Amino acid sequence: MLAPRVIPCLDVDGGRVVKGVQFSDLRDAGDPVEIAASYEQQGADEIVILDVSATPEGRGNAVATVAAVRAVLSIPLTVGGGVRSMADAGRLLDAGADRVAANTAAVERPELIEEIAAQFGTQCAVISIDAGRRNGGWEVLTTSGTSRTGMDVGEWATRCAGLGAGEILLTSWDRDGTRKGYDTELLSSVSDLVTIPIIASGGAGQAIDLVAAIHAGASAVLVASLLHDRDLTVADLKATMTQHGIEVRT
Amino acid sequence: MSNDVIVVPTGTANTASVLAAFGRLGVRARVSTDPDEIGSASGVVMPGVGTFGAAIGEIDRIGVRQALLERIEADKPTMAICVGLQMFAETSEESPGVRGLGVVASDMTRFPSLVAVPQLGWNMVEGSDSSRFVRSGWAYFANSYRLATAPGGWIPAMATHGGPFVAAIERGNVLACQFHPELSGPWGLAVIDAWIDATKGTL
Repeated sequence: MLAPRVIPCLDVDGGRVVKGVQFSDLRDAGDPVEIAASYEQQGADEIVILDVSATPEGRGNAVATVAAVRAVLSIPLTVGGGVRSMADAGRLLDAGADRVAANTAAVERPELIEEIAAQFGTQCAVISIDAGRRNGGWEVLTTSGTSRTGMDVGEWATRCAGLGAGEILLTSWDRDGTRKGYDTELLSSVSDLVTIPIIASGGAGQAIDLVAAIHAGASAVLVASLLHDRDLTVADLKATMTQHGIEVRT
Repeated sequence: MSNDVIVVPTGTANTASVLAAFGRLGVRARVSTDPDEIGSASGVVMPGVGTFGAAIGEIDRIGVRQALLERIEADKPTMAICVGLQMFAETSEESPGVRGLGVVASDMTRFPSLVAVPQLGWNMVEGSDSSRFVRSGWAYFANSYRLATAPGGWIPAMATHGGPFVAAIERGNVLACQFHPELSGPWGLAVIDAWIDATKGTL
């Protein structure tokens, strides 16, 4: 049996971990190497680094950050944000990322998913989908939530799976940063359509939210502010999952 | 004979993670495509993510198939990871027509569609009491194809995903892991560390 994964997410800008609500009001939250190592010690199953740098200079730092984190980390590392080409993917993987997550660039040119899967393997090709609620469904958003594409999330997820994506990082834009819980309707709806695993993202506010996401069909849960604010540790989150009958890696 | 552990680049993506794991254990490891070095090194790692066909194609392109086969036959310390293990087989459903190393008389098959494919994440490995390298514990996997039954003459560690599958096999100083020891936390580092002891035994 595969154990559902608890995945801390670090938003990194210019080599520092930052946090904010829906990418605005960013403030410094520390050194990515120290933070990633401490989450591994707490029992994290994987780390996601999202490069949220607004400037090319900041983007350049992402490779150095990935290499520095890789040197201390003994668990998988997935990197997203600014993955626009095979060259970007290759640089991050050479620096020590195990998987790369494409978002906006894959919407603009879906072949990118196919190319990453063909060259680096399907497990390496994560598609990051930002979902925004619209009448009775969800629409794909891009460019950090600022562009509406008109594309249906379920249709896009199905297409990505067909192109070779190995996993979907599914973020509810309506819940992101709100700590109101994951959008379980979104998770159920997409997990009914695809067989590839889904990482639930956006809205974790308390440990029980992770249980609800797994029950809704997610294979993994992304957590950020819940951990960064030091309210709870990964071990606390896993203890709650265990109490609710979910077997996790200990 | 080089004291460095040699990592064979199979043109795929987890070389950096493998090198970093050796670094954390204080062992010098580096990439080489030199057949003589691959034949004589105290330890050789065959990493691998990506497809069976691409990885085998790279082994043949750099011309190290024979060197790998000879060192495995001679029981020199060799560790294969993920697609590295799969390359030990004769064939894989993933890349029909591609000839594997044929170290084991087995064929790689895809996981049944009743479970999530790829298998992505942490699964419980049941080690064997007679294993030198692999204890029971949680290991990180990222694979769509697997060895369904253990080949004769090898000590297996097993796991379950839509039925039992081979998590690792070992014979003497040769260890092949379907999981990624370099990404499996302290448990995975212990697997690598035990194998490093084997590389020291041959010096």
